[in-house]
Amino acid sequence: MREGAQPVLEVNNLKTIFRTRGGEVHAVNAVSFDLKPGELLGVVGESGSGKSVTMMSLIGLLPSPPAEVRDGSVMFDGLDLLKCTPDQLRAVRGPGVGFIFQDPMTSLNPVFTVGYQLREPLLKHMGMTKAQANVRAKELLELVGIPDAARRLKDYPHQFSGGMRQRVMIAIALACDPKVLIADEPTTALDVTIQAQILELVKDLRQKLGMAIIWITHDLGVIAGIADRVMVMYGGQIAEQGPVKEVFAHPRHPYTRALLQTVPSVRGERAEKLNVIEGQPPILRAAPSACSFRDRCPHRFGPCDAANPARHAVGPGHDAACFWDFDTNAARADAAETPVKEAAHG
Amino acid sequence: MADGPQTRLPLLEVDGLKMYFPITAGLFRKKVGDVKAVDDVSFTIYEGETLGLVGESGCGKSTCGRAILRLYEPTAGRVVLAGEDVLAAPPSELRAMRPRMQMVFQDPQASLNPRMTVAGIIGEPLDEHTTLTRAQKLARIYELMDKVGLNRDFANRYPHEFSGGQRQRIGIARALALNPKFIVCDEPIAALDVSIQAQVVNLLEELQDSLGLTYLFISHDLSMVRHIADRVAVMYLGRIVELASRDALYDAPMHPYTQALLSAVPEPDPNAEIDRNRIILKGDVPSPANPPQGCNFCTRCPKVMDICRKVEPRFEEVTPGHFLACHLYQEAAVGAAPSGANPEQSASPQDPNFQQGET
Repeated sequence: MREGAQPVLEVNNLKTIFRTRGGEVHAVNAVSFDLKPGELLGVVGESGSGKSVTMMSLIGLLPSPPAEVRDGSVMFDGLDLLKCTPDQLRAVRGPGVGFIFQDPMTSLNPVFTVGYQLREPLLKHMGMTKAQANVRAKELLELVGIPDAARRLKDYPHQFSGGMRQRVMIAIALACDPKVLIADEPTTALDVTIQAQILELVKDLRQKLGMAIIWITHDLGVIAGIADRVMVMYGGQIAEQGPVKEVFAHPRHPYTRALLQTVPSVRGERAEKLNVIEGQPPILRAAPSACSFRDRCPHRFGPCDAANPARHAVGPGHDAACFWDFDTNAARADAAETPVKEAAHG
Repeated sequence: MADGPQTRLPLLEVDGLKMYFPITAGLFRKKVGDVKAVDDVSFTIYEGETLGLVGESGCGKSTCGRAILRLYEPTAGRVVLAGEDVLAAPPSELRAMRPRMQMVFQDPQASLNPRMTVAGIIGEPLDEHTTLTRAQKLARIYELMDKVGLNRDFANRYPHEFSGGQRQRIGIARALALNPKFIVCDEPIAALDVSIQAQVVNLLEELQDSLGLTYLFISHDLSMVRHIADRVAVMYLGRIVELASRDALYDAPMHPYTQALLSAVPEPDPNAEIDRNRIILKGDVPSPANPPQGCNFCTRCPKVMDICRKVEPRFEEVTPGHFLACHLYQEAAVGAAPSGANPEQSASPQDPNFQQGET
């Protein structure tokens, strides 16, 4: 990761809503972050915290209706992706931003060979001939560690195991040399020993190819192993964000703290009783006017009900959206005068 | 666990359990082979304890749990629950045994009838197996809802109105309705979010303490099993490769597969992750329809020897309470390896046989 380099991706005040029969659901609320070249940004959160929706909003992958990106900007390569025409967006997907989907079982087309699906982006985006694409497709399969690549190009997805299919998905996402790779829970559907293989592969590819990666997961262990920076999402907002070691060692948002304590470990001390985060995640019927974690928070006090805490710096490159200051164990000075507004600075 | 398992009474004894599913082909569905989902599995669960059964998807752990409760008809073997043979019982006797053994299913979405109310779901076992009056039944349903932390006012709601964690509580209440002694928990937390998993696991532990339940806890989540189980069995490709007390298994795993499995679990601590040497297994799990000759793990084992490819290792007790199926230790066992000594202190970085992960 190059420090101080221009970010490859800058997201500002992104808001995405879904129109449902029960009314609007505010899935993403004023999310702002950036991604530096070569950086691996881990995104953690429970289901429904808005992590996948945020990333899919970036490159227009959400079906509209019901989804609607209501506000914000996404700067990539001098282009605001949210204002792009469908044709411009199509040119960005692939060579600009690659996407690895969660489920390798359902995101490959079962009626085309793996070779066909690998060649498709090469023919459409890279202007290759079929022969060139074939050669490149074979290289890509070798790159992701699939043995006997030339023969395997002619196989269909069902002839691959889950781990191998996920490797194929990674190969497709890498086909056009993307500047940014977004991986949406790429190892969640896999077993731990296969997950370990894929994580090694990604570390390896990152060194070789040097692209910036956004890695979405709910597994804090995975983040600890591969990420440079971590972003914790809760209720469609960024609760805390910072360098991975810093966030794990000194979490400054009660949700991050609770999350780290809830997870049992296979090594180290074994607790008699698991710590629990009581209650349920919020239902996002309206834009938040108060802290969305307050109902489950052990530190809840006055300002939490009055205003939605803004993100503020708590260390170098580390910020959290909470009125409580865990360093002095007191309310933050700005808690009282915080205006009732969404967090909007990155 | 206060007492050692040996001082306790065995509640469930599984001996040589086999569950083969036939593979058929052609017009006449001629049998051409078997998927050996569970292949010669033996273990004992003592009263009041939790046995964790871990392994990767497809290793046969869920099939094993279902076969024990005779939700499948096992191919061979013996299952004795509190002195009664489950597999040999005729249907009427089996039905009478059902209240003593229950199951909590993996997917709380799929295992609750969407057209029944919560009261209907929890009360169904009572309809089937008891002769309670309506009022008694309702009282029992409320009692169960209190026990699992569900609000009584929700008794007439439908499953879709509940969150995943609450639905799993409904499933647990249903399993408890008939005062069972033994419950198979088949991945009860796999479909839940991290913050909700801890709630359900704590509930299961509280219920075990207050009701004296015995669990077979099936899971692929090794860290959660370490939390809840007293003893742990590790399955690979239809067989148990290692069975030991929790601390022995997690602190000093002996089977190369257990070692690799434990080392593959990512730790939520960035500093520990940097220092750690991971054992990365090559390749995938072979098909259970066509398992390799000899030891099932020989195709991926970093310490494979010639004998592993020819002879199947026996599943035997190498130190008291520590069962293992691995050739590495079978000669060692003859030479009376001292108890607790672990010659292979997991992934030693000097060992050239291990694939070291880059960090």
